[in-house]
Amino acid sequence: MKNHGNKSNRKGIARRDVLKGGAAVAAAATTSMFLPRYGSAQDGVLNLLAWPGWGHPDTVGPFEAKHGVKVQVKEYAGGEPMLALANSSPPGTFDVILTDAEYVQMLRAGDLIVELDPNDYPFEDYWPNYQRFPLHWDGDTLYSVMVRFGYLGLSYNMEQYTPKQLTSYSALWEEGAAGKVGFFDWYLPSMGCLSLYNGNKSPFDIDEEAFGKLRETMNSLAPQVAGYYSYANTYSSLANGQVWLIPGIGEWLTLGLRKDGVPVNTHIPDEGGIQWTESFSIARGAQSPELANEFIKWMASPEGQVRCALRPGNETGIASKKGWEKLNADHPVEAEWLRMRLDKRNMMDEWNEGKIVIRRLPFQQTIEDWTQAWAEMKSV
Amino acid sequence: MSIQSEARGPPSGSRGPYWFGLFWPAPSVSWQMAFFVAPLCLLVAITFWKVANFQLSADFTTANWVSMYSAGYFWDAFLYTLFLAAVTTVLISIIAFPCAYALAFKVSPATRRLGVFFLLTPFFTSFIVRVYSWQVILSNDGILNSGFGAVGLGPFNMLNNSFSTIVGFFTLAFPLVILLHLLSLSNVDRSIIEAAHNLRCGRVMTVFLIIVPAARVGLTLAACFAFLLSFGEYLSPSLLGGSRPPTLSVLLVDTVKSGNHWPKASVIAITMIVTLTLILFAAVKFAYHKSPGADRD
Repeated sequence: MKNHGNKSNRKGIARRDVLKGGAAVAAAATTSMFLPRYGSAQDGVLNLLAWPGWGHPDTVGPFEAKHGVKVQVKEYAGGEPMLALANSSPPGTFDVILTDAEYVQMLRAGDLIVELDPNDYPFEDYWPNYQRFPLHWDGDTLYSVMVRFGYLGLSYNMEQYTPKQLTSYSALWEEGAAGKVGFFDWYLPSMGCLSLYNGNKSPFDIDEEAFGKLRETMNSLAPQVAGYYSYANTYSSLANGQVWLIPGIGEWLTLGLRKDGVPVNTHIPDEGGIQWTESFSIARGAQSPELANEFIKWMASPEGQVRCALRPGNETGIASKKGWEKLNADHPVEAEWLRMRLDKRNMMDEWNEGKIVIRRLPFQQTIEDWTQAWAEMKSV
Repeated sequence: MSIQSEARGPPSGSRGPYWFGLFWPAPSVSWQMAFFVAPLCLLVAITFWKVANFQLSADFTTANWVSMYSAGYFWDAFLYTLFLAAVTTVLISIIAFPCAYALAFKVSPATRRLGVFFLLTPFFTSFIVRVYSWQVILSNDGILNSGFGAVGLGPFNMLNNSFSTIVGFFTLAFPLVILLHLLSLSNVDRSIIEAAHNLRCGRVMTVFLIIVPAARVGLTLAACFAFLLSFGEYLSPSLLGGSRPPTLSVLLVDTVKSGNHWPKASVIAITMIVTLTLILFAAVKFAYHKSPGADRD
């Protein structure tokens, strides 16, 4: 084929090529220059990308002792920061990625996680609705193994509110709540709960008209808001009485505080609540995929599941029914706290009653549309 | 060629001193080029790049500039940041001056040394620790409100607002501004103060007509530092101000958090740098300008 006007061929390397190459190098350098060096399996390290707290010895200590490795955690707070870290890190930086279910497909689309063999994991021990959790599969291919879940609704100060006063998210707009409403600074669960309040049964799958109404709802609530808090500050703002109501969070936060004597709890209003999940995937290019697989298998086992449920400061529900049984047998008091008693009304009943929807990414708008609406609300 | 201009060039007959003169500034100039000018150029370039699927890639699009500059919340954050920094600068300058004046002119050298020591000690503690300490002090269940409650007052809402944000800015900049004021006041020629007194100028008038103009450069630079530190500070508006409304620094971090959008964040950063540069130029011009008739003597 005749090469028309290919300057590169005629003059060697063209200036544009040099500039492009320079820009590409700069882009690569920009995204990776500030990343710390991570250890490898040969160094006795399993690198985990996860929410804060997953490196606690009470949670991963037995695994570390059994395999003679150290679980080293790079923490994030929110799905988007997780995706940013996963995307901008060189292959081999992480062995295991903990993610919320709605981001599994994005990790898969970005070729950042590998296929898993379902036979490796004790799904037969799981509750039926978690044995084949839809967001973790692509057809018959498994990409992620669920370990924990919880519900997001309206967290409140028990000295100021009772569950009867919180049958609707409309409590947020009441006069007594002025300046006492807070938000965990993550658009997805916060906007999801307000979308439920607007009557959207599928709160993340809404058309443009409903999205416009959601923005109006958010902006009308903004004057009531005391602040938008980071992960740690959400705990402190609720604990020190700075805010009394936070929509879009749940027992993952209030249970630990309540155990420490802070009068806070979470209620699911009549409009419904949102389910969050956490699951483990093996990163593409993991330095030790076998060890990563062992880690996930251990976390899915009854022993690992109990430790997942009792993760210090962040106790919550677990996916394995065998894990529930072990928790009830070994830690009945904690099982009561966690509403995971098998002989009483428990978390699974709320799911079965249909009040809970799974948290998803926006369907009909882009993530940027939603984050922009969130930024607008914060500036009102 | 004039004698003056000859004096700036290499001396004839010997190249040694010329290279000697270039050698010593070279490390600092190299440092500035490597760690300020080059990253700044990269930052400007990144504003034209794009993000797809959370990954940054080189491009040449003005979409990031258009998107940020057409967003109402960006200008709200810009004006709010400007307002907070200006208020903080004025308040700090007004409050710091009497402290520095007392240390410079009214106390013994031993007391002055002790004062300087106490002004330096806050810097021994990490700023984030000091900010979290303010949370304990200012919260509804905090130390101040407990005190107010004991006398039947309050609780007063002192967190998550502009007040607490400015408290954070004060924590960062106030000791530094006092020290800079002290430095400039200490260099004021005492004989002109005595001359003013001898000419029956009152104490207050001496401060405003003699001391402040004599220390103008130092006082202006101190105000610049207060503005600069407040304008770009992130911890106070986020941890004490509750990110409501967001300042530019909060908006910048939010932009990176929600979608890894470094290009849009770079637009914010460049806007902040340009704003600060313009304000610093104006301040320096004000500090060094000669008042009418200054050269008559």
